[in-house]
Amino acid sequence: MKISMTVNGKTMSGEAEGRTLLSTFLREELGLTGTHIGCDTSQCGACTVHVDGKQVKSCTMFAAEADGAEVATIEGQANADGTLNKVQQAFQDHHGLQCGFCTPGMVMAAVSLLETNAKPSEAEIREHLQGNICRCTGYHNIVKAIMAASGQEVPAVAAE
Amino acid sequence: MKPFDYTRADDLQTAQRALHEGGTVIAGGTNLIDLMKLEVMTPGAVVDISRLDLNDIRDHDGGLYIGAMVTNSDLAADLRVRRDYPVLSRALLAGASGQLRNKATTGGNLLQRTRCPYFYDRDTSCNKRTPGSGCAAIGGELRNHAILGTSDDCVALHPSDMAVALRVLDAQVEIESLDGTRHLRPLDDFYRLPGTTPHIETSLEPGDIITAVVLPKPTGGQQSYRKIRDRASYAFALVSIASVINARDGKIENIALAFGGIGARPWRDTRVEDMMRGQTVDDQLIQKAGDLLLSDARLLEGLEFKADLVHRLLSSTLTEAVQ
Repeated sequence: MKISMTVNGKTMSGEAEGRTLLSTFLREELGLTGTHIGCDTSQCGACTVHVDGKQVKSCTMFAAEADGAEVATIEGQANADGTLNKVQQAFQDHHGLQCGFCTPGMVMAAVSLLETNAKPSEAEIREHLQGNICRCTGYHNIVKAIMAASGQEVPAVAAE
Repeated sequence: MKPFDYTRADDLQTAQRALHEGGTVIAGGTNLIDLMKLEVMTPGAVVDISRLDLNDIRDHDGGLYIGAMVTNSDLAADLRVRRDYPVLSRALLAGASGQLRNKATTGGNLLQRTRCPYFYDRDTSCNKRTPGSGCAAIGGELRNHAILGTSDDCVALHPSDMAVALRVLDAQVEIESLDGTRHLRPLDDFYRLPGTTPHIETSLEPGDIITAVVLPKPTGGQQSYRKIRDRASYAFALVSIASVINARDGKIENIALAFGGIGARPWRDTRVEDMMRGQTVDDQLIQKAGDLLLSDARLLEGLEFKADLVHRLLSSTLTEAVQ
């Protein structure tokens, strides 16, 4: 079946079977490979995108469910002039990644947090990231990056 | 994943007809899609009900009417829920992760399947997955399994946090039958115990669909949801307690307790509540309550720890309620 959706502000369409996951559709049909598939079982959050303004795991959704929806992916996060947005820049500045595999999902989750909570506490950041797994950083620098992206002082974080 | 026919339902009747013909409906899909990936569930037809107009929360007879498609995120954030039924909000936020709560629905949460690892492993026997094949969990590795309401054919646990809170709040499920009539059913009548037919989990008939969950008028009292799990985030309950307690001067005036992590369905035992009403909370009463609750428990090897957790969680819940 033909599926159309607005991705990062542009109307895009492609072919999908009923069983085609949104993550697969974005990567293989639309060529947007910034959305990573980690566990493919709803655990890791690397595939986090926004659908109609809400963060979801794109491996836990059929492409057909998103037909007609507004989808935002990591490819649409940079500023119009190509510079990194404040969350992306903060991840770079605070070394919020090592291998980088989880980063697209982490950034999409962080952006979603800051949309509803402009100045989250460290505890709120950690709670918000419960659906995103990072196997490199131990999360400390990710938490720092999000604190920095929200314009807050970056203290030493818990357990550090 | 096995191929299937995907259609989007424009009305409830389309979805009900598909259910009647053996198809599956997808609401949030947060459990169903995983089960389909593992080919534990292989429906030939999937009907998407996510765009049906079942997503409002409205006042109803002094209580609340919650549409079946209201997401877990929206329900947890609703001001009326946070004010009058905080135990529900807390239970919802204790479950899954933000991404999943944005997708998971009220009706779908009630129908999620057990997380028994043997149910998910097609190389083992499971009476729930393949009726009559046996239960590899009994005699296998046990941890996230039930100790109450189980049978010789199944020790699967009902995994929901939300349903435990709904049980303590005396919520009812609104069901529309194929003939278009709607009726309310209490949660205990909604969930079936496994017995010799663990693959039949609810009293829904073919063609029945959940349209809403209805909460009665709030009763006040102190509400809490406590959940013990293997890690602090994104894990199912080993034991949880949803409580609504009215206490004065250390004495319990009224009490409702529902338990997660121990039952084949969200567990409530009114004998325990009746025994505690009018009593002063002390160590003896807490011990007696736990013993009564667990008097019918089947503590298979590997699950003994749940009895200790029940006692400890009861102790902290009751002690805090009378402070």
